[in-house]
Amino acid sequence: MAAIEILGLEKTYTVGFWRKRAKCALRPLHFNVEEGEIFGFLGPNGAGKTTTLKLLMGLVFPTGGTARILGREINDPAMKAQIGFLPEQPYFYDYLTAPELLEYYAQLSGVAPKERGRKVGEVLGRVGLPDVGGVQLRKFSKGMLQRVGIAQAILHDPKVLFLDEPMSGLDPIGRREVRDLMEQLKQEGKTVFFSTHILSDAESLCDRVAIIHLGELRGVGVVADLTSSVEGKVEVVWQGNLVPAAVKTMTTEYHLTGDTVRAVVLEGNQDAAIDALRRDRLRIISIIPVRTSLEEYFVRKLKPSEAAAGARS
Amino acid sequence: MSSRIAYIAFNTFREAVRDRVLYNLVAFAVLMSGAAILVGQISIGIERLVVVNLGLAAVSLFGMVIAIFIGIALVSKEIDKRTLYTVLSRPVQRWEFIVGKFLGLAGTLVVNTVFMAVGVFAALLYVSPHFQVADTWILVALYFIVLQFLIITSLALLFSSFSSPLLSAVFAFSLFVIGSFSEDLRGFAALAQGATRWLATAAAYLVPDFSSLNVISSVAHGQPVASQLILSNTLYAVVYAGMILCGAVVIFEHRNLK
Repeated sequence: MAAIEILGLEKTYTVGFWRKRAKCALRPLHFNVEEGEIFGFLGPNGAGKTTTLKLLMGLVFPTGGTARILGREINDPAMKAQIGFLPEQPYFYDYLTAPELLEYYAQLSGVAPKERGRKVGEVLGRVGLPDVGGVQLRKFSKGMLQRVGIAQAILHDPKVLFLDEPMSGLDPIGRREVRDLMEQLKQEGKTVFFSTHILSDAESLCDRVAIIHLGELRGVGVVADLTSSVEGKVEVVWQGNLVPAAVKTMTTEYHLTGDTVRAVVLEGNQDAAIDALRRDRLRIISIIPVRTSLEEYFVRKLKPSEAAAGARS
Repeated sequence: MSSRIAYIAFNTFREAVRDRVLYNLVAFAVLMSGAAILVGQISIGIERLVVVNLGLAAVSLFGMVIAIFIGIALVSKEIDKRTLYTVLSRPVQRWEFIVGKFLGLAGTLVVNTVFMAVGVFAALLYVSPHFQVADTWILVALYFIVLQFLIITSLALLFSSFSSPLLSAVFAFSLFVIGSFSEDLRGFAALAQGATRWLATAAAYLVPDFSSLNVISSVAHGQPVASQLILSNTLYAVVYAGMILCGAVVIFEHRNLK
């Protein structure tokens, strides 16, 4: 069963003093997120990621279309008890301490009074903030606030998590910890829907991704499928600092690093290149087919509109 | 009542306390102490009148300032700072949030008024050796002041649900001033002719009637307050604040939180 079904969700804002100018923030969006998967929602800044999340959270109302989470409408309070949400660059009631804030959210989420204290302590430990008891949130760093944000999202043991740029503001160790936490959540059977513009995070974590740009969905798929298309090229790596003349004529690009050379040649020229290297008694280290990275796929998906935008201007 | 409303109300109260809103009590205490000592020295026979007038006017003014300046930011601040996102993404309905916020600020004002009332009675005890039976009407005047707070809080909340804090403050303060002269407005409507009469009458009924809720002067002179007035004022304030609150809920239910 799909955990999240987005059925033609779209949003147009009216802007200007008289609110007569329409600005399309999201074109009709269609895709599903299956239960138990980590789903990456990718796009550059201003692509429509946060708008989509706000629509799913019921913070803004769609101009058209609808969505269902766990089979229920997005404004259903019973459904909201089963989801967790981390907004982008979260800001909390800064006059509260972290345990007070989480206690408040536990109350609003309907966590049983007996369990609240235990759950608050548990999630604070889980996000690496076990000893922040009496400190008000106004004294927290950006990274600590992000951790509190993650804690409040997972506090009530939700089935589906919506995380808007969860790695934002975290140092490398913090990012690693969040990645580990997301993997743990997946192992616990939770569905994680997260937006990011950092592709390495998506590539290392996601089962599937969707790419959005200028409010338009550009592609959805399994990360491995998107990145597995062979480009008809191979990367040949050998030891030494010599590039035989025969190889130079075949290669599209080569790089010399220390005593290692990397050259990309067309698949058809692979054998000829290997022969040339052997003739010069150069030790071949590896021959690997060149595959599309998520970044290349992402850039390719974004390019058509940019070209069109350029043509319009 | 939904328990979520109580949690939101308590958090609003806690915010006011932690933001040192109740520190106004210190200023009030200084004012009342100074007034009591000064009045005791310069007034002969009218100490009670001056202390009650000054004390109740100060209770009203301090409370109104708190109601307007906190009320106008109740919703807009939550939207600007995006603290609302993590509340409304939980099983909290928008109307529960508005009602919780209203009750939280109303609770803050009631607590504030209780402390100030203690100050007024302490000052009264300082200038006259013992309480009189007529002093119980001061409690009624304080009750009417609280009813005024409920109305102005609901208005501030209404404006906060769709407008910027600055405009909300202007609207709320304007209505407070106009409402304080609502009796004069009704008098003007009775004298006016044609369209002016209709407009003035409509305005007189639309703006909050703070004139009827102001019995400070008569209470200061030891005059009793009719039980019928207590009942009608209570009904008026509850219905008026309730309707305004419904308006705030309707607006907020349809608002996109950008």
